[in-house]
This record gives sequence, C-alpha cells and structure tokens, in this order.
Amino acid sequence: MNQIPSLVAVFAYLSLLTVGGGMAAYPEMETLTVDVHHWVTSQQLVHFYSLGQMAPGPNMNMVAAIGEKVAGPLGALAVLLAFYAPTGLLTLLVGRIWTRLAAWPWRTSIQQGMSPAALGLMLAGALTFGKSSLEFSKPTGQMIEFNLIEAVVAVAILLLVLRTKLNPALLILACGVVGVFAHL
Amino acid sequence: MSDAAAPAPTPQTPETTATPSSATASQASVAEIFLAFLLIGATSFGGGAVAYLRSTLVAKKQWLDDKTFLELYSISQSLPGLNTTNMAILAGDRLCGWMGAAAAVLGVVLPGALLMTLAAIAYGMHGERPIVTSALHGVAAGATGLIFATFIQLASKSLRGWIDLVFIAAAVLLVNRLHVSVLYVLIALAVVGTIIYRPGSRAAQSEAA
Repeated sequence: MNQIPSLVAVFAYLSLLTVGGGMAAYPEMETLTVDVHHWVTSQQLVHFYSLGQMAPGPNMNMVAAIGEKVAGPLGALAVLLAFYAPTGLLTLLVGRIWTRLAAWPWRTSIQQGMSPAALGLMLAGALTFGKSSLEFSKPTGQMIEFNLIEAVVAVAILLLVLRTKLNPALLILACGVVGVFAHL
Repeated sequence: MSDAAAPAPTPQTPETTATPSSATASQASVAEIFLAFLLIGATSFGGGAVAYLRSTLVAKKQWLDDKTFLELYSISQSLPGLNTTNMAILAGDRLCGWMGAAAAVLGVVLPGALLMTLAAIAYGMHGERPIVTSALHGVAAGATGLIFATFIQLASKSLRGWIDLVFIAAAVLLVNRLHVSVLYVLIALAVVGTIIYRPGSRAAQSEAA
C-alpha cells in the first residue's frame, strides 16, 4: 500500500506543533509513527533522533529517516516537504505582517504568552524522549526498564553542557564511544 | 554562547553588481544566500544553530545588524517551525524576498536531510548490529542530557515568575501524564498565555518594567 499520503499528512501536522523547537512535537511524533501507523518502534525513533543529533543542521532532519524507512528515498523527500513547506510558508507570510504590526499591543502579548507554552512543550518532549531512550530491550530480547549507565551518561552530559564550554557535538560523539564500550 | 566552532572570518570580496535594496540594505544575491546557508547547514553540529547563524549573518557577512537579528529570532520562536529554518526564511526574505527565503531554507536543510536519508539506508542494512545499537544508545543518552541542558538554559533566560512555572507544569501534566494531544495543549496554553499577557494586564506590565 502506498504510504506516502499518510506520511505527508502526519508530518505536515507534526510540523505545526514545533513551536519553539522540534522537541515540542516529539510526544505526538511517537504516538503517530509508533502506536498509530507502526512505521517505526519507539527504539528506532530514538535511534533516528540520535542519528539526527550527529548530522549537521537541524536535528529534526531525522524525519527524513522515517520517510526513507517507510517508502524509500521518495518517502524521505515527501516527508521533508511536508515537514518544512507548510510552516515555511506560514513563517514567510507572518514574518512580513509581523514587522508591520510593531505598534499593535497584542503582538507583544502573543510573544509573551507563547514563550512559556513553548518551554512547557519542550520539557514535555524532553521527558518523552528521555523515557524512551532510557528504557529499551537488549539485543538478547530481555527488556530493561531503566538503564543506570545511560542515566549516568545523560546527567554527566547535562552537567558538562551547563558547566563547561566543551563542544556539545564532541560530547555527543564521545557518548557513542561510551555506549560501544559499555555495551549499552 | 558556544561560538568556538565558528569559522575564521574570511575577507569578503564586495559584490559590485549588487543593487542595494530597501530596509536593512543587503548586498546578497540568491546564490550567495544559498551558499551561505548551505555552509551553515553543513557545519552546525550539536543543535543550537543560532550561534552559527549569528556569526555568519551578523558578524561575517554583515547582512543583518544585531537588532534585526534578535527581532527575527523572537518572531521565529513564536511561530511553528524549527528555529533554524524559521530564521533562514525570515533572514532570506529580508535579504532577497521569497526567492531568498527559499534559497536559505533549502541550503540550511539540504546537507543534513541528505545525510539522514543515507543514514536511514545504512541503518536499514546494519541497524540491528549490537555495535550500532550500543553506539546509538550512548548517543541517545547524551542527547537526553543535551536536551535537558538546553531546556534549563532557555528557562533560566526567559522564565518570568510563577505564572510561567504553572504553564510548564500544565504542559508536562497534560502531555506526559494525561496523554492529551500536543495540538490541544499548544492551542490552550497559547490562548491562555496571550490572555494573561494581554495589553495592559499586570503580567504584561511587570514584564515591561
């Protein structure tokens, strides 16, 4: 069955939720791609996000990987267009109007009101991703509810990013090396 | 600010044929915009492309001044879409109209999108190997730490009091506990937030003060 129309519908919808960053859409992405459409498992979604974290540019380019898995390179292209075109057009139009609305008092209200909403959705997405990334099944099939080593790595990176000026991209690569040696 | 990875400034040969446009005066052609954003798209690692965008658009190319950059950034955060792609569209539009916007967003997305498509093909072939899953689980753990660090950095910069904390708690409760669709949570919080910070309200005034 041709999945491309469903891919386009899902990712166009998800793109509208990415206020303040891609993480806001992560809970809904997990629901739709894992539970509803069974395109990927929650582990594969975590893996794709991790690959996106290592790729240059916006890490939400990882949506291309879902499209590729479901419908090949054409699927990747369809998902990318669906994910970037509708919000892109919206930004182009609103960006032009926005500048002309500098004196409109509600403009400030919308910006001030959106800020905590975006922060809240980002934390909600971070919690969903963190939960899925810390629980996983071993290659042997044995299900691990919570992986202590991964939690330690996550907290270590959190502190290193906040307290040092180390390059986050290098820290992320180092985590991959730690993963291999710790047989995560 | 981690601009450690910013490339060293290279002297720019002035574009003599460029026609100066209105507003924030640019000397950028569509091709130049595409190449500049392609470079950002190919070299910005680890999220937080804002530092890369700023070093290119404001410092290196001087296509935008700092004030315009910050204004565009605040618009990009209030709209759906990724900060990086929204910034590309807003900056590209300022520089060269809709063609500039299209060139900028295409440039910034293309390298990563191509790489992710190739990565998915490789993952399809080797994704089950233990060494691959182990490495990716390590990266996922690191990414979790990085996302929470980014949240803390943003929250410490933009939190304005207990109202914002209530919003964050509500979002987490509704999405993570009650599994309400993000769409409804987003609409509800945006509407309530805008009303709380409505013109003349105490919340909006304490912000302005």
